Amino acid sequence: MGEYQTYQHDVLVIGSGGAGLRAAIEASSHGVSVGLVCKSMLGKAHTVMAEGGIAAALGNVDNRDNWKVHFSDTMRGGQYINNWRMAELHAKESPERVRELEAWGAAFDRTKDGRILQRNFGGHKYPRLAHVGDRTGLEMIRTLQDHGIHQGMEVYMEYTITRLLKNENRVIGAVAYTRDRGRFVIFKAKAVIMASGGLGKAYKITSNSWDCTGDGHALAYEAGAQLLDMEFVQFHPTGMVWPPSVKGILVTEGVRGEGGILLNNEGRRFMFDEIPDNYKSQTADNPEEGWRYTQGDKSARRPPELLTRDHAARCIVKEIKEGRGSPHGGVLLDISWIKEKLPNSVEHIKRKLPSMYHQFKQLADIDITQEKMEVGPTTHYVMGGIRVNADTQMSTLPGLFACGECAAGINGANRLGGNSLSDLLVLGKRAGEYAANFANENESGVINLDYIDRVTKEALKPFERAQGMATAEGPYQIQNDLQELMQDYVGIVRNEDEMRAALVGIKKLWKRINNVSVDGNREFNPGWHTALDLSNLLTVSEAITLSALERKESRGAHFREDYPEKTESFGKINIVIQKDDDGNMQVKYDPIPQMPDDLIKIIEEMK
Amino acid sequence: MPKATFSIWRGNGSAGQFVDYETEVSDGMVVLDAIHQIQAEKANDLACRWNCKAGKCGSCSAEVNGMPKLMCMTRLNDLPLEKPITVEPMKSFPLIKDLITDVSWNYRVKKKIKKFNPRPPDKADGTWLISQADIDRVQEFRKCIECFLCQDVCHVLREHTLHEEFIGPRALVYVAALEMHPLDTENRNKDLKKAHGIGYCNITKCCTNVCPEEITITDNAIIPLKERVVDELYDPVTRFIRLFSNQESK
Repeated sequence: MGEYQTYQHDVLVIGSGGAGLRAAIEASSHGVSVGLVCKSMLGKAHTVMAEGGIAAALGNVDNRDNWKVHFSDTMRGGQYINNWRMAELHAKESPERVRELEAWGAAFDRTKDGRILQRNFGGHKYPRLAHVGDRTGLEMIRTLQDHGIHQGMEVYMEYTITRLLKNENRVIGAVAYTRDRGRFVIFKAKAVIMASGGLGKAYKITSNSWDCTGDGHALAYEAGAQLLDMEFVQFHPTGMVWPPSVKGILVTEGVRGEGGILLNNEGRRFMFDEIPDNYKSQTADNPEEGWRYTQGDKSARRPPELLTRDHAARCIVKEIKEGRGSPHGGVLLDISWIKEKLPNSVEHIKRKLPSMYHQFKQLADIDITQEKMEVGPTTHYVMGGIRVNADTQMSTLPGLFACGECAAGINGANRLGGNSLSDLLVLGKRAGEYAANFANENESGVINLDYIDRVTKEALKPFERAQGMATAEGPYQIQNDLQELMQDYVGIVRNEDEMRAALVGIKKLWKRINNVSVDGNREFNPGWHTALDLSNLLTVSEAITLSALERKESRGAHFREDYPEKTESFGKINIVIQKDDDGNMQVKYDPIPQMPDDLIKIIEEMK
Repeated sequence: MPKATFSIWRGNGSAGQFVDYETEVSDGMVVLDAIHQIQAEKANDLACRWNCKAGKCGSCSAEVNGMPKLMCMTRLNDLPLEKPITVEPMKSFPLIKDLITDVSWNYRVKKKIKKFNPRPPDKADGTWLISQADIDRVQEFRKCIECFLCQDVCHVLREHTLHEEFIGPRALVYVAALEMHPLDTENRNKDLKKAHGIGYCNITKCCTNVCPEEITITDNAIIPLKERVVDELYDPVTRFIRLFSNQESK
């Protein structure tokens, strides 16, 4: 039996992005001992990439805004299959969470009278996103990090969790390896919060970083928790497309919020061509009105570029498919045109969108104050995830909580831009609070060392398979093949045949990872780390595909060309994934609970 | 497709050498792309850190042809590809493996800096009124992505290894962000002088030159902090007053 370094905490937080940090801060404030596990280094998690802002109905720029409008915008954007209770809590509590960030040192952009400035974003009726230029995520993660390190939590940098540990049915800890030395360690905890973020690395073109491999989704599933809404993967309409090496890197929706327009190769503003019925009354019918909206004219309606991401992404795909795309297979995004409207447009763009200016200048030799950008859809976010209780964020497994991108519910079929950062704060705080309570009410569990020996032995197998073995292959090719499979067959436009083919492909890949082999030793070995992430990627890919096959309609981010319409019956259910006793992935429907009358009334009033 | 050779440091804290790898280069590639390609094709266990690949997270710091750079923002067409491109780890921190160094010292240093301490809210609802001009000043410092390239190039750390006495440019930028924050009420001048060792900086501006975020580290952060320290702790008149009011001059 191996010997393992063991760390013990009341609450273990897995993931150190916005949700994990906020949860850890909250749990610490309840006086319990907290361990925070980072897959990368502290402050480098994917939250740092968030650009546009944090959605909260502060009403600083437009005093007509309030939580009810935010709630109904979120539900409309999610096509009404969101968890309404989470959407309600999120809309009500996000202003307080933003103000709290300011009290911890965040330096938001200001209105003329000195309050937190808010900007327009897709699907939000009023200017709602508190922001710092186009680097809001950096401001947020740094604020949480710098506040968090003084709250008494223990930070474990560059540790990767490979399994959750259970006693009976309760989660009591986790096994991890350290990236630097490749040693296995045990975390014992009375409550575990999963805040592991997304799974963008299951796709070829993505805005996500190397570590977004769906670890939390897969670990929770393996431990027996339910996953929800996995068919809903958000493809952000605007990622970079040229040069090839930057394909997928995010171009913030803030560009459109500041007046940027989408054009095809004929110079046509194609977003005006198709406006969904449920947004018609809120959308400008001419460019002039759209421009006035971006400049704060309260009587104007939003330009069609600021429709929801699912819609914008599909319109862009259509232009490209029908031959009206840009030279490198995207469409054109133009912010430079505002020089017709603003005398100081160059300075204005640089001030409002500094990192976009920098990113295009340095990586694509394009000056966005003078030239058009080429953009196309990129895998960005997963609405689906671990099923949790709306108030407590506890999963279907006692002792396991989840928040942030790896948890499901608040976003329904499509997430509005800016809602993820507020979701991290609101539901991260709740997860921290309830996990601390749970830890206070429960004892630590007993670790089964035999099980740990088994999983560590399994994790070391890639070293034993010599490269020379006929069937052995390296991890990068397998990862690449999976990414291409998901991109081609379970992407923005889906159909039954392609998804069936994807399932066959995934099955083959499961076999191939049994033969994966890596060079070198356990010291900081990216090949080995990639090999160990593969099973998580395969688990989430299978869950996405199975759920997407079941939802025989088109709704939000999930579009099926064989079922292009939205249906009433699928509007009443969520799709649930769970492992059965034989280890197979099971899919079932669960009815969405009846919304209370007061919330129904709000939605009706805001229509 | 044209090829280029990358001479990459391979090894750990005890031993290592440069190893040459040839790989294909295409339009728009950055150094990090080449590293990834080499990793996928030839050296699965080549260690490097990265996250965002867009100059926002500050993970992929290394020395490219001897210059401290973010690998993700260093374009190959800005480098002389007819000769091997050298890629090696930062020098101010202990080496772990290949391009990875142990940067944990930076996190320990930061924790020693007195935290943000705001004045009471201006309004009953717990909010503050701040002008954009006041925010602009700290936003420059808050752009920092903690890539630690400034720490890498600072001779006080790199050549003199005074890590225990001097917190380095990154941490001084952090102190500046706190000290100049319109809401902060803390005074960190005595710490700057003693614990943080600001006097060691002799304003050679190497840090400013390598900052990928173009923060004017020396002029806008360190020099104003030095002035504050001098004003409070070295001004002859106040020193004199302190002497006679029997206050200990710390």
